Amino acid sequence: MIGAAGRRGADVRSDAWVEVEPRASGGIELKLASRVEAYYGASIRTQVLGRLAALGLHHARVTIEDQGALPFVLDARVEAALRRAGVPLHIAAPAPESGAPAKPAAARDRLRRSRLYLPGNEPKFLVNAGLYQPDGVILDLEDSVHPDEKDAARLVVRNALRAVDFLGAERMVRINQLPLGLEDLAAIAPARPDVILVPKVESADTIREVERSLDGPGGDPATGILPILESALGIELAFEIAQASPRIVALTLGLEDYAADLGVPRSAEGTESAYARQRVVNAARAAGLAPIDSVYGQVDDLEGLARWGERSRALGFVGMGCIHPRQIPVIHAAFAPSPAEIERALRIVAAFEAAQATGQAVVSLGSKMIDPPVVRQAAILVAEARRTGRLPAADRARGEA
Amino acid sequence: MSGSTLVTNAVGRAVPTQVNGRAAPAFQGIGAHEPQGRKHGPSIRSCRAYPRNGDKRVGSLEEAFERCGLASGMVISTHHHLRNGDRVALRALETAGRLGARDLMWFPSASFPCHEPVIDLMDRGIVHHIEGSMNGPLGEYCSRGKMRGLGVLRSHGGRWQAIQDGEVQIDIAVIAAPTADPFGNADGSHGPSACGSLGFALADSIYAEHVIVVTDHLVPFPCVPWQIQGNHVDHVVVVDSIGDPSKIVSGTTQITRSPDRLLIAENVAQLLADTGILRDGFSFQAGAGGIALAFVACLRQRMRERGIRARFVRGGSTRYLVELLQDGLCDYILDGQTFDLDGVRSIGSDPRHIATSPFTSYNYHGKGSFASLVDAVVLGATEVDVHFNANVVTHSDGRLLHGIGGWQNCLDAGCTILAVPSFRDRIPVLVDEVTTITGPGECIDVVATERGIAINPRRRDLLDALRGSSLPIRPIEEIQREVETICGGKPERPRLLDRPVAVVRWVDGTLLDTVFQIA
Repeated sequence: MIGAAGRRGADVRSDAWVEVEPRASGGIELKLASRVEAYYGASIRTQVLGRLAALGLHHARVTIEDQGALPFVLDARVEAALRRAGVPLHIAAPAPESGAPAKPAAARDRLRRSRLYLPGNEPKFLVNAGLYQPDGVILDLEDSVHPDEKDAARLVVRNALRAVDFLGAERMVRINQLPLGLEDLAAIAPARPDVILVPKVESADTIREVERSLDGPGGDPATGILPILESALGIELAFEIAQASPRIVALTLGLEDYAADLGVPRSAEGTESAYARQRVVNAARAAGLAPIDSVYGQVDDLEGLARWGERSRALGFVGMGCIHPRQIPVIHAAFAPSPAEIERALRIVAAFEAAQATGQAVVSLGSKMIDPPVVRQAAILVAEARRTGRLPAADRARGEA
Repeated sequence: MSGSTLVTNAVGRAVPTQVNGRAAPAFQGIGAHEPQGRKHGPSIRSCRAYPRNGDKRVGSLEEAFERCGLASGMVISTHHHLRNGDRVALRALETAGRLGARDLMWFPSASFPCHEPVIDLMDRGIVHHIEGSMNGPLGEYCSRGKMRGLGVLRSHGGRWQAIQDGEVQIDIAVIAAPTADPFGNADGSHGPSACGSLGFALADSIYAEHVIVVTDHLVPFPCVPWQIQGNHVDHVVVVDSIGDPSKIVSGTTQITRSPDRLLIAENVAQLLADTGILRDGFSFQAGAGGIALAFVACLRQRMRERGIRARFVRGGSTRYLVELLQDGLCDYILDGQTFDLDGVRSIGSDPRHIATSPFTSYNYHGKGSFASLVDAVVLGATEVDVHFNANVVTHSDGRLLHGIGGWQNCLDAGCTILAVPSFRDRIPVLVDEVTTITGPGECIDVVATERGIAINPRRRDLLDALRGSSLPIRPIEEIQREVETICGGKPERPRLLDRPVAVVRWVDGTLLDTVFQIA
């Protein structure tokens, strides 16, 4: 059987098309046409032959049309072609990931203002994603990947998790709805993503299934789960779902599908989703989680995005999704506390510290008494402002542990 | 190439001692070459030889060539202000061939894809070789060693210098004119083939032995304004069309939508702010590439926010520069060429939008040039190495890619910034050593990539000014190593033969590097 994977054509960039025809004898016959032949021709041949040998294929005709695929992409395309050719692969038991440092469990209080969606089967968007400084990147296996390409996309995503430096962004993967999502998990969990996004969750059981899979062989105890609620039922069960697993790091919702479920078009103001958004904020907080908003679909309308983000923050969300890098700075600004808020929080924290120092139980600012929850909130806000570099210069050194 | 050997120049590159039969000095360092002697000039003419009624029209290009004494081995010059819509250069060379001329040297200010048929003229012996930019199929032809003479790549300023030095003595200049009068006065900003400035033809009009103006839009004397003075012109030829307007200007120029390139543009604009270059009365130059246009948009936003006005900006003009002028964010556009229709309209109607020439802007033999008065310039490059040397003329595999244009001349600005991606489709832009040095590293101050901004260590002042900046300032070696890691190791060096096919001249006329035949 001939197996082929990847993309071909003059318009393709940073990808390759690989065709494999296994045969009984005759060794490997490699035919390579590469845009980067002059620079990496020898390197590509060495890589491909090595990869085939490692996967246990010794006799085949292999044709590659390369449009500048990076090595991790080429590896993924070769492996996908072999799998599609029905070659029994010699895959070693998932070795502990070398190179990747031991990482702490995905934390619930991590900064998650922005998460950038990246189509899992589009190699060219992956390598520079961290440069735009999103708090997280989502390697997507769900809606952005054609049903026929799920197998190939998994390999690109798995290899990207291992090879690409996302420069500190949280590495998330959106799997497909179960049961297909469990196949995704089996393929990508050994590459130790930070967080698994589970789409269209409508029951706590779904989350528990994902949890069981992550607890199994190849899974990482540190990998977190982020449920996406995208239907009327999911929204109604928000609190139950939010409590389904200790791996859950936050709660979010998907408004395109939700609006479709209600049978109304999605509006710029979000009228149709007012209840869903407030419900998610409340359920998340009740379960001790941070609520994160959906995406804003109009990439060119940065002013509309800023307004949406500001309203979203006012509702209680801590961040939202991005479908284009240019949305990231706008979102970060929208979810940032204003200088006046920071200023007030700093004064409250200072008053609290002064009260502590003199052994006073009551904190007051001027003639006004400050309640303990207000102090707590002020401390959180100051910590967030420090993390995002928004503290006034004079205050930056203060309180640094 | 008999009698020519290779010597090593001041940037360590092997260059021939002779170019097309003439001795050629090797590059000695920036500002080291001191030219001597007197400028070349055409032979003395007098009014008595020209019609007293001022009507210099002749019936055809053939007739004009014959009157100019066209002969084999002559130097024929043309210009690229009609860009890829040009119909005059090819017609001139073909006409000369029909008249029996052989072994011509074609001396264009630049060549475009529309000039591909010159390959056929070279195969047939009509054109001997080209001294000017060669890209696409012409570049391939030269790179493969099929051209009989050495290609010579010069900057726009270097072309003027070569003409004044007599290094190139133009026998017949053929100037395409969007508007002209029978006396030969000519202008580029009006007429059906309007293109903006004719500055590239100015030197030829003054120094060529014979000058022919070819127009498709004849007006009665006087053609106002005139950029080419009819007093330099021998003959005027009227034709149906000098160019395809749809290809003369790009119509509209577009800002890049690539997030990587937008990031670079944003960072370069911020760099101007953080270094203090962005201040009232400053000046800058940016080309028409996607990053450069996005940079102008990012800079404009900062100028508005801070109430800053530029004294002048240098074109290639585009809609984005015209908007700066119209919004009161700059006092003048000093324009070398005009890239889109908004630019053409503006230069034809707004007295603050001035046509300049390589003489005013770029010429090494001038008593100063505008290039060194510009505070900051944003340019591109094919390759940059860890010594900040940059290449714009060859691909990383050694094939000729494009001409130098004003690029070398612009390196004279107060702060020269190369805005480039760190790699393109797995091909590293940041390398150990560039394939061809087009600009020595000591003239290049900043290399801005999507993965970080490298400042030339020679520019301590910039490094000091950027202390505390939030920009990702990184050593160039560190970014280069990161790129190699991403791309999968060091790229192979190009496989080249030891036979030179072209030379790159520095702005002073000395030889900066050699382009060798590809294997």
